Amino acid sequence: MSRINKVFEQKKDEKVMSLFITAGYPDINETVDLILGFERNGADIIELGMPFSDPLADGPTIQYSSNIAISNGVSIQGIFGMVAETRKNSEIPIVLMGYINPMLRYGLEKFFSNAAKAGVDGLIVPDLPLDEATMIEEFAHSHGIQLIYLIAPNTSNERMKLSDDKSNGFVYCVSVTGVTGAREGSEVQQSVDTFIQRSKVNITKNPLMVGFGIKNYNDAQSISKEVDGFIVGSALIEIIRDTYPTENWKEVVFNFVHQLKFGYPNQ
Amino acid sequence: MSVITTTSYSKPNHKGYFGAYGGKFVPETLIPALNDLESAYKEASKDPEFEKEYLHLLHEYVGRPTELSFADRLTNYYGGAKIYLKREDLCHTGAHKINNAIGQILLALRMGKKRIIAETGAGQHGVATATACAKFGVECVVYMGEEDMVRQKLNVDRMQLMGAEVRGVSSGSKTLKDATNEAIRDWVTNVDDTFYIIGSVVGPHPYPMMVRNFHRIIGDETKRQLMEIEGQLPDYLIACVGGGSNAMGIFYPFINDDVHIIGIEAAGLGVESGQTAATLTKGKPGVLHGSMSYLLHDQEGQIELAHSISAGLDYPGIGPEHAYLHDTKRVDYHAVTDAEALEAVSLLSRLEGIIPALETAHAFAWLEKLMSKTTSKEIVVLNCSGRGDKDMETISKYL
Repeated sequence: MSRINKVFEQKKDEKVMSLFITAGYPDINETVDLILGFERNGADIIELGMPFSDPLADGPTIQYSSNIAISNGVSIQGIFGMVAETRKNSEIPIVLMGYINPMLRYGLEKFFSNAAKAGVDGLIVPDLPLDEATMIEEFAHSHGIQLIYLIAPNTSNERMKLSDDKSNGFVYCVSVTGVTGAREGSEVQQSVDTFIQRSKVNITKNPLMVGFGIKNYNDAQSISKEVDGFIVGSALIEIIRDTYPTENWKEVVFNFVHQLKFGYPNQ
Repeated sequence: MSVITTTSYSKPNHKGYFGAYGGKFVPETLIPALNDLESAYKEASKDPEFEKEYLHLLHEYVGRPTELSFADRLTNYYGGAKIYLKREDLCHTGAHKINNAIGQILLALRMGKKRIIAETGAGQHGVATATACAKFGVECVVYMGEEDMVRQKLNVDRMQLMGAEVRGVSSGSKTLKDATNEAIRDWVTNVDDTFYIIGSVVGPHPYPMMVRNFHRIIGDETKRQLMEIEGQLPDYLIACVGGGSNAMGIFYPFINDDVHIIGIEAAGLGVESGQTAATLTKGKPGVLHGSMSYLLHDQEGQIELAHSISAGLDYPGIGPEHAYLHDTKRVDYHAVTDAEALEAVSLLSRLEGIIPALETAHAFAWLEKLMSKTTSKEIVVLNCSGRGDKDMETISKYL
């Protein structure tokens, strides 16, 4: 059983927490340590962002972390190195998340082969909808990388079913129509209920994870109450942005992670 | 010379591909919007009432048909083929961009959309969109890089005067590429009530096809006018290419004809200078802003900054249909530098009393290379895509 599938199998009684961090942010040498710290503090899955210069599905926070990571000199090869390094100490599922252009430039066959060798479990490509994803499906399949597709509140029932069919690991519910970024809880909650209900009817094969706009424990619990888990990205990066490089920044960040999952700090 | 195309040209395919280029590389949230747009466009293009209204507006509001002017002094200067200019600079607002803005706003209204967004580089598409929105009384938001807002202040003032909100974009290079990112983000967020009027033959399907079709009137008129004047097709057809909308507009009706078609990109400081916008010459295939095409990007697939003296050509991508026409060698693409374009501005102004836009001047600059190979029996048609008033500040700095 894959690492991703095992997590959902083992955590049926709790909400699975997936955390997004841009690889190479705030510093190339911190990424592995952050991943391991996230795991110690309750993260069940890591989404590792491969930064792109023009992230058109992302709000200001992830645009910012992507720019820093690029200027830090992060490369795809370097990101595979970070995953391999993490694998020496951890079996946490790692899902890469990135735009298609850098993968195309790297070479698709080589990308999937090296990702698998490094210990990558899954892949999310926000600008590669189902219709275009045929270009990567075969490579993903032959190298055992699980593809995860996104559905949005305006996705039709028919396309939700197709996403379920093509996804492997989980399906990513984008809670609002919009770009990534932390939002006020009420803004998300209002529209999300009917969407989640509809998703549950159409997504039957895969677990459902909900993301976009979650910024604290209460948001996470209420938005994910009907699904298998939740994803936090921008709110986590904002904490890092606000604290790095103060002396105890990592403690503050790990505490935030612990709060997100359990509702109380880790001390 | 002779270019024979034996099969009739029918692109894109149903998935929006021109050969290997095009497609729909967008977040899932936009897929329903693109599908709706595609069916609305398909339906509208079969509706004679839609075409009638579009053509009526192009006639009585835009001022079409634009003239096909014989450039006699320019012709004498080079001493080769006869040179005709398709006078898109005479369109209302001063460039071809309005053809597409009118077409798309009619479609937006037909789809019941209440809010229009657009991106702009030089400001010509922003002005065209603001114009169309004022004409129909629709809310208009134009995204423009902060750098471009300084370079093209006159156009910012024009848009605001017509009631559009110009939103400065401070991310990335603060130019057209970043304005396009921001417009797409707005669309993803407000997809229910908002229509995105893209200004060139770029973006996800159906935009490259739709924008081309709203501009093909340039080529259709040219063909008819030249048949009336000369009783023949041109031997050469030339246009400048950034995203490539004026070029696709004039090229498209001639694709199946025996005409030598030439697209001119902006080389900036030189194709090898690292300060260029010559996407087809220097770029490699990749995905940006919703479609697969040639791009300027580095080894890691990060988009590189383009450079051109002309804000309208200062873009690291190009329309997917141009990528296809390039690979199949149906169209020849070349690049000219900032300096060559400025020379051409000066030459055309003195010889013909026409001050071309800096974008358009790139096409004129190619005449220096081309004309000595032509004979007096041949005909060259050049798309004079816009007028240069907006560029006077830049131009006077150099001359």
